[in-house]
Amino acid sequence: MMRNRNILRLCSAVLAAVSLAGAPAFARDTVKIAFIGPLTGGNSATGLGGRNSASLAVDLHNANPASKYTYELVPFDDECKPNVGVQVATKAASDKSIIAGITHYCSAVAIATVDTYNRFGLPVVVWGAVLPEITYGNDYPEIHRVNGTMINEGKMAAEFLTKQGFKTFVVIHDTTDYGKGQNKYFAENLKPQGGDILATFAVPPDQQDFTAELTKVKELKPDVVFIGGLTPLGVRVRSQMDRLGIPAQLAGVSGIMSAGFLDGAGAAAEGTISFHNGAPLTRYAGGKAFMDAYAKAGYREDPDAYGPFAFSAANLIMDAIDKVGPDRKKVRAQLNGTKGYQALVGEINFDDHRQNIVSANVYVAQDGKWVYWPDSAYAAGAKKLPGK
Amino acid sequence: MDPGLLAQYLFNGLMLGTIYAIVAVGFSLFFGVLDVIKFSHGDVVAVGAFSAFGAAGLTAALVALPGPLALAVGLVAALGAGAVSGVVIGRVLVLPLKNAPAVNVLLATLMAGTVLREAIRLAVPNGGNPKPFPALLPDGVLAAGSFSVGIDSVIILVGGLAVVLATHLVITRTRLGLAIRAVAQDDEVAQLAGVNFTKTVLGTFALGSMLAGLAGLMLGLYYREINFNMGILLGIIGFACAVVGGLGSLIGPILGGFLFAGIQTLATVVLPFTSAYKDVVAFAVIIALIGLFPTGLIAEKSSERV
Repeated sequence: MMRNRNILRLCSAVLAAVSLAGAPAFARDTVKIAFIGPLTGGNSATGLGGRNSASLAVDLHNANPASKYTYELVPFDDECKPNVGVQVATKAASDKSIIAGITHYCSAVAIATVDTYNRFGLPVVVWGAVLPEITYGNDYPEIHRVNGTMINEGKMAAEFLTKQGFKTFVVIHDTTDYGKGQNKYFAENLKPQGGDILATFAVPPDQQDFTAELTKVKELKPDVVFIGGLTPLGVRVRSQMDRLGIPAQLAGVSGIMSAGFLDGAGAAAEGTISFHNGAPLTRYAGGKAFMDAYAKAGYREDPDAYGPFAFSAANLIMDAIDKVGPDRKKVRAQLNGTKGYQALVGEINFDDHRQNIVSANVYVAQDGKWVYWPDSAYAAGAKKLPGK
Repeated sequence: MDPGLLAQYLFNGLMLGTIYAIVAVGFSLFFGVLDVIKFSHGDVVAVGAFSAFGAAGLTAALVALPGPLALAVGLVAALGAGAVSGVVIGRVLVLPLKNAPAVNVLLATLMAGTVLREAIRLAVPNGGNPKPFPALLPDGVLAAGSFSVGIDSVIILVGGLAVVLATHLVITRTRLGLAIRAVAQDDEVAQLAGVNFTKTVLGTFALGSMLAGLAGLMLGLYYREINFNMGILLGIIGFACAVVGGLGSLIGPILGGFLFAGIQTLATVVLPFTSAYKDVVAFAVIIALIGLFPTGLIAEKSSERV
């Protein structure tokens, strides 16, 4: 019931936005909310997609006559750099006219700014960073997160792979916090599922030759080689596995789930499994309406993987402000108690660390594309995973 | 251990060793003729790899070439780019500094390497990201029991060993080789005997840098991926191999290359802890060897250094 009403609201809002575009707003007070993400640099595709999605949420909300305030999105660029991130976070948090923020894609930036938000009392909702410590490593009531963490990814990976009948694993992870974290949460969750890790290789993220490690892997004959790292590591391991004739299944964290992996590994990518926080847009109840509205708004960049999370975070914040008024403390309390909130990305429930409970999704590389596992030919039984 | 796996490790080590040796030989050649360390050598490897990548990509976009022809285009591009960058660096940076302290040349070429590296990063579209290198060699895997190698790896290994041999023949059997050896022994006497000093030096730089360009192509073909900063670590490893083997000699650096690759492979196989330390182990052994054999495993015959 609740969900239907929200979809209806989204649809009517889309209609309203289209028909009323440019119409003067009613005499409502203006409330500012901040958006912070990487708008320039190597991660700007995700950052701009997030900003566009948040800005779309604001436009749709403003077009809705039931909205109590007129919202204004103030975008900041953190450049995916912790030092820049702290500067802009301080700028946003010390501006008293900004009531809340939709903040950060890069984990290193998000973890560096939590103290700032706490000190200035600015309630924020993280829309893309996956490092668990951002919410679980502190007790700051200002920090919330709508997307999942690598804990969810590791858990899903362990459950899914063991359910597929794979029993023995070798982990190759990079030695950054990202790779180490991914290894930790995968290993932790694998044991209770009955999986067995035969060996773990910690490698520098820029290592190019894996033949020595992989020859050892060949000796161990695992069912699965699990990658805890980013695309370059995934590509190298995948193509060198082929050369050494290792028949194992390759699976990896969301760091390898990119077009770059499919290009780089070429035909060898087929059948690789990865895990990601977000579901495909078509899987969300309001996904179609979101895509249509996004297309109509004419943004130059795609919403990218985390756009729907930024959109949901913006709506969550605006609904909270509508309810309790533009007061940081009240908004914080309202956000803290979020339970059963229907958003584009599904129901949002914050646990006692204000972390949304999300289960990750499984994807598989099929015919040069990342396909949602339940929709894939592999799940249907038409194709067999290489490791089987 | 299973003999198949042992063979696998051996092959991996040989493959790495060949690439290291080819890079190390370049360092040794430059040091032989001019007593200089050319630190941009590793980045010339990247220049070679990216030239082959660009040439193969461009021709593939214009006409569909069969595999061997596309490979030839890549090979010519890699060798050409290597030779040109070697001659330019030699002519513009190294020769004018011939009488300056050796550390000046070292610094100048170190910076030239940075220029090359950044030029690749900025000039190539999305140059900061790793690039998938086209598979120009025949696909397929040779397997016997638990031993398996790609046919492309075998071709690369055989080609690499042939190049090492060919370099040896150039140095020992040709007029250029004779001139290089003459200049290496005593450049003044060589000039009195009618050897063109500048030409010989630039010829050596062209030869050594062509080897680097070729190593770039081989790396691209082997790993199917190239990177703008692939030359940094390779340059250091190549230099270390040349020093431990004996700077100035030809066999020494080859020996050093295989030695370094052998230690790396052995470290991964034997050490119980993670392979993250294999470079640490290999460089530690190199340091120990340099301490034991200060002039290298094979010392330059006519060493006049003190």
